[in-house]
Amino acid sequence: MSDPMRIRAQVQGSGAVVRVLMSHEMETGLRKDAAGKTIPAWHITEIVAALNGQTVMTAQWGTAIAKNPFTQFTLKSAKAGDKISISWVDNRGDKRTDEAVVA
Amino acid sequence: MRRRALAFALVAAAFAWPGAQAQTGTADGIAQYRALLADGNPAELWEAKGELLWKQKRGPKNVSLEGCDLGQGAGVVKGAFVELPRYFADTKRVQDLESRLLSCMEAQQGFNAAEIAATPFGRGEQLNLEALVAYVSAASRGMKFRLPQARAEERQMFEAGKRIFYFRAGPYDFSCASCHGEAGKRIRLQELPDLTRNPGDGVGYAAWPAYRLSSGELWGMQRRLNDCYRQQRFPFPGYASDATIALATFMGVKSQGSVSIAPSIKR
Repeated sequence: MSDPMRIRAQVQGSGAVVRVLMSHEMETGLRKDAAGKTIPAWHITEIVAALNGQTVMTAQWGTAIAKNPFTQFTLKSAKAGDKISISWVDNRGDKRTDEAVVA
Repeated sequence: MRRRALAFALVAAAFAWPGAQAQTGTADGIAQYRALLADGNPAELWEAKGELLWKQKRGPKNVSLEGCDLGQGAGVVKGAFVELPRYFADTKRVQDLESRLLSCMEAQQGFNAAEIAATPFGRGEQLNLEALVAYVSAASRGMKFRLPQARAEERQMFEAGKRIFYFRAGPYDFSCASCHGEAGKRIRLQELPDLTRNPGDGVGYAAWPAYRLSSGELWGMQRRLNDCYRQQRFPFPGYASDATIALATFMGVKSQGSVSIAPSIKR
């Protein structure tokens, strides 16, 4: 089971800055464990950001993203009180969605 | 992963400070790299998990840790970290945060403390301890260390810690003081804090627990000390042992008055 994300969305100028911290192993599939066996790849493949239910950004991620990834983006025309939701899907099919309110 | 992160930092630094590259020293470069990372410190994920664990009913007795006394009264988390290690009347021991959490987990939740202490770092209940350590230390972020030294037991721990700190032994004839006994030393690019005095706010003792980028793990003081001993080629005195608590007391009292930034972020 996945741990919750930390999402912070703050008004800045006419838009908002959204910062997201995700909890994920992000295994590349290239590392080997102590017994010499390859650790299978396990990473986020897609993230979707939505503002009040409407998709505003999607990103395709791969093995080059660090463990416990952090992402930041700016949303034009987001106002205080708007709802931001972030979802990710990983290559095992696990999903997670968390929400935050722009402050 | 470390190389990737470093490469990113160098690229970012090159864009952000194009003209300043020639003048800034290596230490400044590392400070800039840390500042870039501090905004998204994954230690926050451990803090969140720790808060849930603190309130969750767990263990054979199925109770939460909200009745745990960390020195400020039962269930009080804020301000507890900066006054540890301290003497606890119920266990008749001077305890640091991790050994105190173990005592609470045993006395209240019914866990086997010795079993958890013997578990390798980063496995089983040790993972939960990391999260609890992050949560409790974060509740004292920005506060100054003020370890109590009123009791004879606490002063004795300080004295014992001092001796351990200066004790030279092992195949390299190293002591803690070999690396941390004077200012301006470093290992490769890592600056070593002088732990015999207050090295400043958020440096040395005041920077741990911390998230280690290179391993993607959250390290408490026990794990930090374990790694220092490994580098000295000493056997580790044992998780939550009196020797490690004595060392923590020595370092904590020496950095009295410094501001804790724990859980911080380290390369």
